[in-house]
Amino acid sequence: MAPAREPSGAPADAGSRRLTERVFRVRETGIIAVLALFVLVTALIQPRFVSSSNIQFILVNASVYALVALGETMVILTRNVDLSVQSVLALSAYLSAGMFGHVHGIPIPVVFLIGLGIGLAFGAANGIMVALGRVPSLVVTLATLYIIQGIDILVVGGNEVVASSLPSAFVAIPTVTVLDIPWLAIAVAVVIGAGAYYLRTFRSGREMYAIGSNPDGARLAGIPVARRVFTAFTLCGGIAGLGGVLWAAQYQTINTSAGGTNFSLIVIASAVVGGVAIFGGSGSVIGAGIGALLLGTINVALDVLGISDFWDQAIAGFLLLLAIAIDRGISVRLAAALRKRGADGGT
Amino acid sequence: MEPEHRAPLAWLRWETGLVLVVIAIGVLGVSTSSEFLTGNNIFNLGLQSGEIAIMALPMTLIVISGEIDLSVASIMGMSSALLGYLWHRHWSMLAIFAVILVVGVLAGAINGLLITRLRLPSLAVTIGTLGLYRGVADIVLGPNTVSNFPGSYANVGVSGVFNTNLSYSGAIFIVLAVIFGVVIHFTPVGRSIYAMGASPEAATFAGIRVKRIKTMLFIVSGVVCSLAGVLLTFRLSTSVNTNGLGLELDVVAVVLLGGVSIFGGKGTIVGVVLGVLAFAGLQNALLLTNFNQEAASIPVGGLLLVSVFVPIMAARAGRLRGVIPRRGAGTASPIGSGDE
Repeated sequence: MAPAREPSGAPADAGSRRLTERVFRVRETGIIAVLALFVLVTALIQPRFVSSSNIQFILVNASVYALVALGETMVILTRNVDLSVQSVLALSAYLSAGMFGHVHGIPIPVVFLIGLGIGLAFGAANGIMVALGRVPSLVVTLATLYIIQGIDILVVGGNEVVASSLPSAFVAIPTVTVLDIPWLAIAVAVVIGAGAYYLRTFRSGREMYAIGSNPDGARLAGIPVARRVFTAFTLCGGIAGLGGVLWAAQYQTINTSAGGTNFSLIVIASAVVGGVAIFGGSGSVIGAGIGALLLGTINVALDVLGISDFWDQAIAGFLLLLAIAIDRGISVRLAAALRKRGADGGT
Repeated sequence: MEPEHRAPLAWLRWETGLVLVVIAIGVLGVSTSSEFLTGNNIFNLGLQSGEIAIMALPMTLIVISGEIDLSVASIMGMSSALLGYLWHRHWSMLAIFAVILVVGVLAGAINGLLITRLRLPSLAVTIGTLGLYRGVADIVLGPNTVSNFPGSYANVGVSGVFNTNLSYSGAIFIVLAVIFGVVIHFTPVGRSIYAMGASPEAATFAGIRVKRIKTMLFIVSGVVCSLAGVLLTFRLSTSVNTNGLGLELDVVAVVLLGGVSIFGGKGTIVGVVLGVLAFAGLQNALLLTNFNQEAASIPVGGLLLVSVFVPIMAARAGRLRGVIPRRGAGTASPIGSGDE
């Protein structure tokens, strides 16, 4: 099924390529439509849902998830998975925000670089083990999730970073707006846009899709599989590290529970809801970002509608199942359509 | 070098390696604490890891068949929440058990049917039902806590079977391990499970009812996990919506530690029982020392990494590829696909 959805397609077969691209556009339009419908229905019931302050709240809350989903998507595209992002985020949040307490007057960009560096280091460790060790990423990143979580607990101990130790400019990051749009959401959208451009345009980005579509074929085609997989994991770790700094700016009180218990699975779910195939080779980081936005919007909408928070998980889980079932339906239809075109002589 | 001739040797090697690890952990425990081998501690060890051990058994069969079930801890939480909710509503215990059994069957059937009939990848489906089933626990119980369970049931967390040092969950694990071991190693169904894990296409063409057996495996997992939820609730004498949160990764870790290949088709119940002992023993030994209990995940993660790298390094060092047939190349799919 994967080769049929491989976005690059065969350049010679322009017909099937156009069809593939159209379905791709439809797939992203699909999730945007679901999001729009959801917002519309909620707004009709409770107009305060589309108030400027509420929309800002939704965008800021979804930002960290959408950002980490960008890194996770790159890994999933190569037919791997990274379960350790939540532990990287938690450790980076504590260590980077803690710098404000240790080094008086440390510039905020330096703190972001520290978070990035921590993430890159762990991401590279994952990448080396998966790419060079040739061991399954699910096992490796489950193990590193445990190890980094343990390190976090040892490092943090009973301490926590408290809001009063953070400079006001840092704490203000989630609240600054440009034309009523949170600056943070714009920054994350730009980063995701850059990621999408890289994956779509650059040779190494295209090769990540190829690896996920057909690892053996990619290797035979001369693609440096190990190097690309390593890059994907390193970037994913680095992005999770940045996510940690943003988490700290947003929640301010940082202890071992930063990120929450199921952060990694929520991020994977965001990508899958956004149309990223769990077995790689297909999907876009923009879709993953919108997936994160959709899951975040649902949480806030239930709140605004007066439905208890306790319904969040069930609805998010149900939506995820619906999304993968629809995705499966589309890919089956697409494969059938391509076969039919092939039989007709491929126009 | 014929892999076929060496295969029994390789099987032996993995399990013997694990036996050595378990012995090493035992020595570590005894040398760091005089309490390690006391009856009281052995009871606690069985108590702490009993539910994880029980859930690891159906997970073993599912992973061997080439799939994965990440919803186990949520089924556990859902069963625990239902137990508390219905008990609070003055249902009889027998009726509650019946409801929980049915819910376990349903939960497993939903997983199994989505995976086999719609051909969806189990990794994605069970991340979805992980949210869905935990969501049911959230909805049923909300922010409430139920803890007025009768002493005769809550006794599960206080005393052992027939007043021995064997916890109830430990005893149930032993019985289930024997049953699962017989099924997977000595019955045609067991052979079929290995076959579909090794090659779903070949198994289908050989006339094995892949979809039916996989659906049954997920249903068994649902039932066993809801049983584990009942045990957890009585042990803690508490029903809250977060019971068992996050345990799915512990269950997967125990199974992988036991030498089961994440790609399916390989693994033994003996290995998983040893994996359980290593996991439980290590956590317990660290509990008795001054090591931060919460950070016990570091050695567990380390052990998991060692378990995945040692066979590969050994194979490379000795150019003995095929001698230790375990786990494949890095870019292969982490879990068998939903297609067959």
